[in-house]
Amino acid sequence: MCSQRIGNHTVKIETPVYLSYSGVVSGPKEGKGPLLGDYDEVKKDLKLGEKTFEKTERRMMEDACRLALSKGNYGKGDMDYFIAGDLLNQITVSGFCALQHPVPFLGIYGACANLVQGIGMAAMLVGGGYGEKVLTATSSHNCSAERQYRYPTEYGFQNPEWSQWTVTGAGAAVITSTIKAPRVTTVTLGEVVDTGIKETSGLGPAMAPAAAATMLFHFEELQLEPQYYDWIVTGDLGEYGRQLTLDLMERRGYYLEGVYSDCGTLIYYPHQQVGAGGSGCASSALVVLGHIYRRMKKGELNRVLVVATGAMHSPTSCFQGDSIPAVAHAISIENE
Amino acid sequence: MEYLTAFLVGGLFCVIGQLLFDLTNWTPGHVLTAFTVAGGLLGSVGLYDKLIEFAGAGASLPISSFGNALVNGAMAEAASNGVIGVLTGMFELTSTGITAAIIFGFLAAVIFNPRG
Amino acid sequence: MSRNLKEKFNLSSGEYKQMVQQKKPRPPLAKNLVTAFLSGGIICLIGQLVLNFFMGLGFTAQEASNPTVAFFIFLGALLTGLGIFDKIARYTGAGTAIPVTGFANSITSAALEFKKEGFVTGVGSKMFMLAGSVIVFGVMTALVIGLISAII
Repeated sequence: MCSQRIGNHTVKIETPVYLSYSGVVSGPKEGKGPLLGDYDEVKKDLKLGEKTFEKTERRMMEDACRLALSKGNYGKGDMDYFIAGDLLNQITVSGFCALQHPVPFLGIYGACANLVQGIGMAAMLVGGGYGEKVLTATSSHNCSAERQYRYPTEYGFQNPEWSQWTVTGAGAAVITSTIKAPRVTTVTLGEVVDTGIKETSGLGPAMAPAAAATMLFHFEELQLEPQYYDWIVTGDLGEYGRQLTLDLMERRGYYLEGVYSDCGTLIYYPHQQVGAGGSGCASSALVVLGHIYRRMKKGELNRVLVVATGAMHSPTSCFQGDSIPAVAHAISIENE
Repeated sequence: MEYLTAFLVGGLFCVIGQLLFDLTNWTPGHVLTAFTVAGGLLGSVGLYDKLIEFAGAGASLPISSFGNALVNGAMAEAASNGVIGVLTGMFELTSTGITAAIIFGFLAAVIFNPRG
Repeated sequence: MSRNLKEKFNLSSGEYKQMVQQKKPRPPLAKNLVTAFLSGGIICLIGQLVLNFFMGLGFTAQEASNPTVAFFIFLGALLTGLGIFDKIARYTGAGTAIPVTGFANSITSAALEFKKEGFVTGVGSKMFMLAGSVIVFGVMTALVIGLISAII
């Protein structure tokens, strides 16, 4: 057994690995929500003068990367690796964004768990001595996601109350071994699980068991109580997924009430009509790299566990009758 | 009076649709297809035409009238020309709707852009 | 339910689905039915006015339904193009989806959305992605009924 591998799912990053810089770009709707002060840029519309929503999403990821790199005075070719993922077919947003960064590119797909998967992998590369500075990014765009997963954006239909709203935004992080900042201390990588749920308009309930399972792996393998952390957040389970996670953890004797929130429920005000809350890769990116990161740098939060979930379905698999499998990955970020 | 029946019957059609939207997990495509097939079935026994006589636009505007028109076209032509009439007559009464949808849909795509 | 999930939480797939159902909020059925009824009724009311207008121009009742349907398809396409239809439909639901305006919206929204993928490979190919099943199953129904009526 490797010394840094604690259990079947958890890795402890023994050498210091820091989340040194972040860049966060949000869409207009998110810029009207309660966390708007935590974003580096709020975009004023959904198109930004681009011809398609997909090109707009690319712009947003490129802007988030530019912001993160510039804070550290890095050039676009200075990173050792670029790890990125998004929701679109063949992760084209990430692939095209990588054109701007002439460094080795690792495209990933964990659906809405991309942020944590990217930071986790970057931390393992740096902690394992395979690089000193890694850029990781993820994005989602409400219209490009709707168009691919559900309906044309001008189609008139009613969303049920438990549906979730894909967050428009992008987040990028620079992970280094040298620039002191909040540390990535552990990574718990989850397994894909299937609950038999086929409901696609609100994916929280389909993903909640994956989040709970990964949390269990994390607490059991590290022998921690949830109260060790100042805050535990899931990426985009929405309000009902959040409640289900609380119930599932309680069945195993872990009481998370008071220390646990879901990012998707934090991004919008109730009057913004987002059903159960936000979803998408940007749901975790906006909250973790914006709000949580800022508070950690100020010392308001010192130990945070981020558990991001991803639904591994596609429209094709759903039409073919499959249910929705999900995966959840976790990272712990702590101030030294 | 005809305005009242149009309003009431049209509204009722939409209530049935809304019940299907809210109480089942059928997609809008499933619901509209079901309405069309139902309109065709009612049309096969002449009931839908009676409904149109009674409620006017209240029955001819919902998508179910499309199914009725297809069935009527097929049946009418079959009555005069036999089995082949089923194929030749089907779109007689519905060609306006489909042609208009293609033309106006295409023109809208030329002129407008999606806004999200 | 995956085996290990079942072991971890002592829940069968059915039991978990029950938990989910209990958490799910009920749709505001009464409100939705009322708005669907009113909006659908109003559309059909306007339709009756339009129908009478065309009959006044000399069309018979049967003939007048053609331009009436075309008018509402035009209206549905226009509102979709202007970006207004989906905003209205969020509230009206079936009230705008069931009348032929919904049919027009499904075709126009698809045509609009795939415009950037080319007029042949986008607009032309994908225009009927939502409305196609209405036409296909309408035709199949008419085929069956027509054949039965031809044979009887």
